[in-house]
Amino acid sequence: MKFGILVNEGPYNHQATDSAYQFAKAAIEKGHQVPRVFFYHDGVYNSTRLTEPPQDDRHIVNRWSKLAEEHKVDLVVCVAAGLRRGIKDEVLAPGFRISGLGQLVEAGIQYDRLVTFGD
Amino acid sequence: MSDVTGGIDMDDETEGVVKKFMFLNRKAPYGTIYALEALEVVLISAAFDQDVSLAFVDDGVYQIVKGQHTKGIDQKNFSPTYRALEGYDIEKLYVEKESLEARGLTEEDLLVDVQVVDSAAMANLMAEQDVVISF
Amino acid sequence: MLHIVNKSPLERNAVDSCLRLATKGSAVLLIEDAVYAATKGTAASAKVQAAMANLKIYALAPDMEARGVAGRVMEGVNLVDYSGFVDLVAEHKNCQSWL
Repeated sequence: MKFGILVNEGPYNHQATDSAYQFAKAAIEKGHQVPRVFFYHDGVYNSTRLTEPPQDDRHIVNRWSKLAEEHKVDLVVCVAAGLRRGIKDEVLAPGFRISGLGQLVEAGIQYDRLVTFGD
Repeated sequence: MSDVTGGIDMDDETEGVVKKFMFLNRKAPYGTIYALEALEVVLISAAFDQDVSLAFVDDGVYQIVKGQHTKGIDQKNFSPTYRALEGYDIEKLYVEKESLEARGLTEEDLLVDVQVVDSAAMANLMAEQDVVISF
Repeated sequence: MLHIVNKSPLERNAVDSCLRLATKGSAVLLIEDAVYAATKGTAASAKVQAAMANLKIYALAPDMEARGVAGRVMEGVNLVDYSGFVDLVAEHKNCQSWL
């Protein structure tokens, strides 16, 4: 089955992004596909490579990048929400790309399920 | 790439597929950005020829009350956009009766034509969707 | 339909709204702060217990364990891990998050 995921909150502030990641990881381990994760609202902050958490904490941004690299997950950051918050191409971590909200609607149309994580 | 479709080219995989999309609004405007950014997704969805509906539940009903004046807080008043949805062929706007009543509001307090439905009807509408996106 | 809730019933109305708008036979999965709704002895326990007559209630075990409430789970609540979360989404035709 193909799962699209929508993440609406930033990293560290809200558990939504952790839950989304755990869900994506579990889905892939079970043989499902997660073709795309769409980052909206403050969720766009998941994409910045400037993120430097303390050594003993999880690295949420790198975790997404690794998932993208290993399982071909398309990490899409909303352009409008990103521009509002200073997220541009030059700060993106590997695996992320900036595009329009159409990518979210398209995920809803093409995939079997769309699961939202937010506040 | 097309601006109208939010950065995607319509391809074979989306063409001809019509799903029931519901955008569920449960948050008041201005205090947080969710209502405004939800509206932005709704407008984009119009370009995809899907069966789109909007639901206003809980504090989401405050998004469409008349008389919003935002000058004093220096934010954009986006409430007129709800009236423009009809021009995008988005005409299914549902409001939960119980949510209106709990806030001392009636249909006359709303700035756009809606269908007021009770909880049971709203529950059925939600259950029959293919995709529910909530903000 | 699968309803996913992530808010404490003692702080926000998401659990109430979900229980009001979930059709009979639906499933409700409590995650993050909503796992407090799966515990016994709270001011919200009675309504969640009552809702079990019409709905299947699930709670995410890792979120209960993280919050120190795994030992307080209410009778009738089904515990799942993330793998079970994925199964629930796959098994139901559609899902909705009560943010």
